[in-house]
Amino acid sequence: MSAGLTAPVAMTARTSRLSAVIREMLSRPSGCIGLFLVIAHVALALFSPFFAPFDFKAMNANAILAPPDSTHWLGTDQLGRDILTRTIMGGRQAILVTAIATPLAVAWGGLLGIYLGLAGGRLDDILMRVVDAFLALPWILKMLLMIVTFGTGVGVLVPTLAFFYGIPVIRIARAATQNIVARDFVLAARARGHSRVSIMRRELFGNVLDALMVEGAMRWSWMLLAFTSLSFLGFGVSPPTPDWGLMIADSRNFMAIAPWPAFAPVIALSSLIIGINLTADALAKALGIDRAQAAVH
Amino acid sequence: MTGDVLIDVQNLSIGFTGRSGKLLPVLRNIDLGVRRGESVGIVGESGSGKSTLALAMMGYLKHGLRVISGQSLFGGRDLLAMPSRDLQRIRGGKIALIPQNSGQSLSPNLRVGAQLTESLALHGKVTSSGIPQRVTELLQQVRLPDPAAIAIRYPHELSGGQQQRVAIAMALAGDPEALLLDEPTTGLDVTTQAHILELLSDIAVRLNKAMVYVSHDLGAIARVCSRVVVMYAGEIVLDGDATTVLTNPDHPYARGLLASIPRLGNPNLPMALEGRPPPPGDAGPGCSFVDRCAIAEASCRSERPGLQPLLAGGRVRCRLHERAGSIPTKRAGKPASAGGSFGEPLVRLSNLAISYARQSLVDQLLGRKPQGVPTVDRVDIEIRQGEVIGLVGESGSGKSTILKAVAGLVGPANGEIAYDKSGALPATVEQRRPEQLREIQLIFQNPDESLNPRHTIEQILAQPLQLYFGLSGDALRERSIAILERVRLGAHYLDRLPSQLSGGEKQRVAIARAFAAKPKLVLCDEVTSALDVSVQAAVLDLLDQLRRDSGTTYVFVSHDLAVVRALSDRVAVLYQGRLCEIGPAAAVYSRPCHPYTEALLGAVLEPDPGARPVLMAEDIMELSPPAKGCPFQRRCHRKVEAICESMTPPQQDAGAGHIIHCHIPIGELTSVQTMSALDNVVRPHVQ
Repeated sequence: MSAGLTAPVAMTARTSRLSAVIREMLSRPSGCIGLFLVIAHVALALFSPFFAPFDFKAMNANAILAPPDSTHWLGTDQLGRDILTRTIMGGRQAILVTAIATPLAVAWGGLLGIYLGLAGGRLDDILMRVVDAFLALPWILKMLLMIVTFGTGVGVLVPTLAFFYGIPVIRIARAATQNIVARDFVLAARARGHSRVSIMRRELFGNVLDALMVEGAMRWSWMLLAFTSLSFLGFGVSPPTPDWGLMIADSRNFMAIAPWPAFAPVIALSSLIIGINLTADALAKALGIDRAQAAVH
Repeated sequence: MTGDVLIDVQNLSIGFTGRSGKLLPVLRNIDLGVRRGESVGIVGESGSGKSTLALAMMGYLKHGLRVISGQSLFGGRDLLAMPSRDLQRIRGGKIALIPQNSGQSLSPNLRVGAQLTESLALHGKVTSSGIPQRVTELLQQVRLPDPAAIAIRYPHELSGGQQQRVAIAMALAGDPEALLLDEPTTGLDVTTQAHILELLSDIAVRLNKAMVYVSHDLGAIARVCSRVVVMYAGEIVLDGDATTVLTNPDHPYARGLLASIPRLGNPNLPMALEGRPPPPGDAGPGCSFVDRCAIAEASCRSERPGLQPLLAGGRVRCRLHERAGSIPTKRAGKPASAGGSFGEPLVRLSNLAISYARQSLVDQLLGRKPQGVPTVDRVDIEIRQGEVIGLVGESGSGKSTILKAVAGLVGPANGEIAYDKSGALPATVEQRRPEQLREIQLIFQNPDESLNPRHTIEQILAQPLQLYFGLSGDALRERSIAILERVRLGAHYLDRLPSQLSGGEKQRVAIARAFAAKPKLVLCDEVTSALDVSVQAAVLDLLDQLRRDSGTTYVFVSHDLAVVRALSDRVAVLYQGRLCEIGPAAAVYSRPCHPYTEALLGAVLEPDPGARPVLMAEDIMELSPPAKGCPFQRRCHRKVEAICESMTPPQQDAGAGHIIHCHIPIGELTSVQTMSALDNVVRPHVQ
């Protein structure tokens, strides 16, 4: 009746969670395509200055709005600049700014959301109404207000985007936290007398991280669109720096006679955003069946 | 009066493709025929394949499963190879399923009558003018009082038991030839469960249908089924008539299972069946039960036993079944380490009241206390050092709420909790001293919920050790290993995640975490309810061992009266957050005085076809306790009219600390008992 030690059970070795998730993502077409697009765009942003066929500033008076040919593969714009060069370099500013702003947005929105989800009470009530009010305003209005007040440039755009895009993250993190807080292991930690910070760090953070990662990927694509829209309106990157939003805005006037200058940046932007969305989708699915929830076989 | 074979499963094997790419079987070579008019119970622990088998009988496979070999015939046609259009006609029309948790399978925005009308119209066996009458008939058939009133209600306006009855009526609507029941009473209160089972066994006899009843609960099976099939690791290991299988089975596993069930009549701890079944695809060449078998021989490991017919009828999958009789099935366990001499009072709940009512805006503005009847009220319990006190009652009886108040997770609205010699405990965790927090530990019902799925066992155990003792490094690891060994797990568990452990192992980790704090008082909240019965016995044994070693005091909450009986020295019976009866376990169980205790004990199901539950209290819905008078007044079968509704029942002492809260004079309560009176009427054939 008195038992000895329970016999050890056959189990898989502990593998790194990250590699398991990536493997799971690559097992789906959406994950393969999405990761390929994102990695390709990031690589272009990093290395395009080294292999761009032309100088992005070089104007050619002999080839204004020239259609694609063997010299200018994607044609030239209204100033005779090479569109291929400007397209592969046009994402650099957008990707740089958003790649810094996204983690910042997820970090502050996530932390505040987790705290509010755990603490609840009056502070939670008040802050969530403020969040609602913020989300009710059109984003473009808020962004323009900041830019008009503080000017443009990376130093302004990064904190502005990080601030405004962190606000919806609060909601997501708070909702995810409330699901976890209701579970017995958080109750057990409270009953043991752990402090709030300790509960956030030990019990909540790891369980909310999945939702935050997926949310971060989604926020990134929204931020890219916002950044490009600002450039399109003339509040983002200043000429002659190549930028997709700016390129689309410039080529707008010549659409009827020369449509190609608009095509390349539009395709570049869409492929990046589609890539990010597919990655986020695959990530969500891969995290959904992660090791912590999978049975041993 | 059994007829032709209606459901015929032939050599059926079902499996799924594992991560390794191998085909892993969950059902292996199942042969099972069910005749018209026969009710067959399928029992087994979780993972034994019983639900998969039942669903295959309707031609349904869960996602990812596929047929390896064999077929599942219904009326001569293989359901697993049938086009889905034909299957739709058979499901509901010829075979109906009654699932667990029927409340969730009823549509929440349709009235009960409308749902029944819908399914009657779908099967088209009744003309549209005859439907209203048939609805009434069906509701009467499932013994719902006042069918007209029930038909115009929404599902959420019915109690759990009534919802289950409606689900049964829905299943009967298509006038099926076969009924499949998948744990239909699991999750219901004992008194409700007994009523539903009574109804089901009546239907089985009266309507002459083939019935398959899947359950882990042998007590429920005993009530309804005439034949029982025992499954283990995806195989049928025993098949025979209910009386033989439930009293003197020929398979070692079935005998072990019977011995591991705690029983009301047995104050001893049940006997644990150690080990666990092999995971799918992992069974060796021999018998799949060999690792846990008490009579196994070397040859059992190499040779897979076939399902062989028994002389007395039935089939068994054991080469040594003649010898199985040597394994005890009843009264096997040793007694719990009862004290008798207990120390000083450790905790005293005096006049405790807890309310979940929230302050409304008006209350806040007027500075009033929240209105409404408190969830728990007037609870006085004294817990002495070193004893185990059981709190029993149905859902909503406030037993878990009381535990949470002692643990400091909900603040009492009134009264106080005195602790040790330090006087009143502060209401909430935040106000308590670290020492008080350490000395009171809580163990939860479901380890899947109470262990963080992202933490390794090492991290889980480190939490109390770091918090209370400031341990780190080697000292922490050493202590963790020592604690794991106390709960009979080894050091190799440290770097695993909870998902890689079985249910019983997880609960042991949860117990280890509580005992890591070196507590004086451990609050156990339904700690065995989420576990299989054989695992439950091992956990009870472990809790008893730990208590003997460390002299810890337990408050043991459970809805299962037999489990409480096995472990507790004293028992408190609660109804709607009010104390009904408290006293030494032996006294309360052998001579229940309060009418509610009587009803509760009467409804307990014993895994014995001869023991029939005694149904006394109505299974009506109780949303909130009555504002005044006795909490049990609405359901009491011995109600003394006016006084029960107006006055709080007095405390009456039946001697030896046995206190009863009831208006009926103590002499009458102890001498005349409805249960024993009913006994002679209802079950003359027993004993």
